[in-house]
Amino acid sequence: MTEFSRRDALLLSSAGLIPTGAMAQETPRRGGILTVHFATEQRILNPSLQASTGVYIVGGKIQEALVDLDEAGNPVPVLAESWESSPDGKTHIFKLRQGVTWHDGKPFTSADVAFTAMEMWKKILNYGTTLQQFLTEVQTPDAHTAVFKYERPMPQGLLLRALPDLGYISPKHIYETGDIRQNPANTAPVGTGPFKFVQYERGQFIIAERNPNYWRPNLPYLDRVVWRVIGDRAAAAAQMEAGQILFSPYSSLAISDFQRLSRDARFEVTTKGNEGNARTNTVEFNHRNPVLADVRVRKAIGHALNIPFFIENFLGTFAKVGTGPIPSVSTAYYPTSGIPQIGYDVALANRLLDEAGQRRGAGGVRFSVRLLPAPWGEDISLFATYIQQSLQQVGIRVEIVRLDAAGFLRSVYNDWSFDLATGWHQYRNDPAVSTTVWYRSGQPKGAPWTNQWGWQSDQMDQIIDNAATEVDADRRRALYADFVKLAQTDVPILTPIEQIFVSVFNKRVRNAANNPRWASSSWHDTWLAS
Amino acid sequence: MRVLALAGRRLAASLPTLLLILVGMFLLLQLAPGDTVDALMAQMGGGDAALAQELRRFYGLDLSVAERLGRYLLRLVTLDLGFSAIYGKPVATVILERLPATLLLMVAALSFAFFLGLVLGVLAARRVNRWPDTLISTLGLLFYATPSFWFGLMAIVLFSVHLQWFPAGGFYEVGSGLTGLALTLDIAMHLVLPTLTLGLIFLAIYLRIMRASMLEVLSLDFVRTARAKGLTETRIVTRHVLRNAMLPMVTLIGLQAGTMLGGSVVVETVFALPGLGRLAYESVVQRDLNTLLGIVFVSALLVIAINFLVDLLYAKLDPRIVSGG
Repeated sequence: MTEFSRRDALLLSSAGLIPTGAMAQETPRRGGILTVHFATEQRILNPSLQASTGVYIVGGKIQEALVDLDEAGNPVPVLAESWESSPDGKTHIFKLRQGVTWHDGKPFTSADVAFTAMEMWKKILNYGTTLQQFLTEVQTPDAHTAVFKYERPMPQGLLLRALPDLGYISPKHIYETGDIRQNPANTAPVGTGPFKFVQYERGQFIIAERNPNYWRPNLPYLDRVVWRVIGDRAAAAAQMEAGQILFSPYSSLAISDFQRLSRDARFEVTTKGNEGNARTNTVEFNHRNPVLADVRVRKAIGHALNIPFFIENFLGTFAKVGTGPIPSVSTAYYPTSGIPQIGYDVALANRLLDEAGQRRGAGGVRFSVRLLPAPWGEDISLFATYIQQSLQQVGIRVEIVRLDAAGFLRSVYNDWSFDLATGWHQYRNDPAVSTTVWYRSGQPKGAPWTNQWGWQSDQMDQIIDNAATEVDADRRRALYADFVKLAQTDVPILTPIEQIFVSVFNKRVRNAANNPRWASSSWHDTWLAS
Repeated sequence: MRVLALAGRRLAASLPTLLLILVGMFLLLQLAPGDTVDALMAQMGGGDAALAQELRRFYGLDLSVAERLGRYLLRLVTLDLGFSAIYGKPVATVILERLPATLLLMVAALSFAFFLGLVLGVLAARRVNRWPDTLISTLGLLFYATPSFWFGLMAIVLFSVHLQWFPAGGFYEVGSGLTGLALTLDIAMHLVLPTLTLGLIFLAIYLRIMRASMLEVLSLDFVRTARAKGLTETRIVTRHVLRNAMLPMVTLIGLQAGTMLGGSVVVETVFALPGLGRLAYESVVQRDLNTLLGIVFVSALLVIAINFLVDLLYAKLDPRIVSGG
């Protein structure tokens, strides 16, 4: 494993020197300020405490994780130099990088890893609390070895694919006293990363500067990174054109601006570098509604949606037809064949509804439902309207109820006060991180983005549980193929569209998008052409 | 001393109103579905139920509504505005950080609207129903009918993207290290477009009011007397008419100060300015009750103060009005 990791690291560093496009063999230029569009200001900046793109976009340059992903999506060493797992999957040993110091000069050791894992990942970090549920302790036999002990088997593939997002390390000496949630370092992070935190003005900007003692020699290239908080999409596009921002991550501009800027020679509009942040648009059903509890009705709703038409006319080239809960960019788990599909077929939709006993009544209406669209993303709002119009054609009357973020989460996932909901399911590199919770029964009431549909299947629960602790990579892959098959047969929810976030770069930004979670990654090799 | 006593009496009279607004706001926000933890979960992209429960305890949301309201009001008596959930800082600090940008924008936009409205209103009134009047009135109507976000965006496209005269957004140039006069100039440059955007809409109102008020005063008897005395038209306007015609304008300032505090949300968002309007919007979306109530409190105080000043100004403009009578 050690040899393999080193080779991967070499591959990454050499790949990193090849810029995107045809401009090969350019010598990276030192210096310059990268200005970044920051649309989703969060309450904190520390990625060991909050797993979200709005935190990684800043904190991911200042703090580092144990591992990251290379261009092909394989784990590569960062703060961990190598790793080894016991055959039963209950012990995972990480050898840590030596000679790394925190931005305040203190050395980075295994004590930091143990503290972060036990006090932050296991207790506070969203998704981390679930992932590390069975982590019993982290032993530190020496300053550069961390031994993770699990009560139940933890598949190495799952751990390594989860850690780039859920494996950021925080300094123990700063967090060990006082309440972690109120630590001033939460908004003024101290890390080991290529950039040192300088200043944060709420609602305005964040500044980080080059870390002169960074462990990768002669890196980073950039002098500074400045994040500008811009909430308005159109204003951000204007700032992009005025050259005030050079990079807009995570689909933060209007869809029409993506199309407009992609025709401008100064900019590159691409999904590249976001493969690790795939999502599917969902149609969520409330199975407590007896009409929707019938699988024929759910399938009919799927058949009534002309997804290719919607994508072509509203989303453009940045989306494709969804084939199931695991998106096609997940090369390690995407099942290559045998997934039942729910294609566009109005006649079939009408027939299924008739068979289900939902006959057309007055005005051709079979029944009425309330649809709650999530308030994030322009595409969700468009899709809600499209669902409304499509379902009208098969005799289902849809009332759209728009709420803000807190209202949407409360209504759908806690009060269950909806018939249909539409939003995003975020895929986080391994189905066990944030995908299977959409299907596994027994989710506590109120947990957002989990199975709150009132749907339960023993078979599904069995597959999910087996896969979560299956140590053998091939058997795990097969289990997830079964998972997708069942999800597409029973259709507890629909996942009709697959999307990857869109980035907009000023072409001066080089070495951009050279890994699948680039916007979240450390930018140690990013440079600016003059 | 008389002024201070008057101010004190005014403040005391507004206290019941203030209390009513705060309690009403508190209860209104209880009706909105979801709380600040739901908003945080939405930001984070998920988390488990145990985590949510712990966060609710952390933010004091596990108490009953009555208990929370009681605690809030008790704290308010000691002028403690509480702790902001979004910012992790005392609300007073958060608001104080945001106040300068809002006040600067508000004062700039109001003065711009007031003075230009005054000049244009006078011009229109003096050439009533002739082409300058028609032109000015049409322009005014156009500004009034244009949504401010559109106006702001078009200003950015024209002046920042194409002409590159002014920066496209922000309060000052980030990381430029400017101080003193250079910093003041930099902030002024950043505020030109937002001021114009916010001011133009109000300009239309001032212009119309000034024109109507001028026309009315011009038809009064004392103006005829002044003309009979043989005064020039300019002297009549500046010495006799203007002062009387200004009373409704001053009233309008008092009324609009409140609107402008809230109405700048759009302008602050488009130009990425760190003001109170955006803070209030964020507080609603994130269900940060303490911050929202704090903003309401401070805004109410500001409006009371401005209206008090307006009353004093009345007495100055027209000695027949005795302030505080």
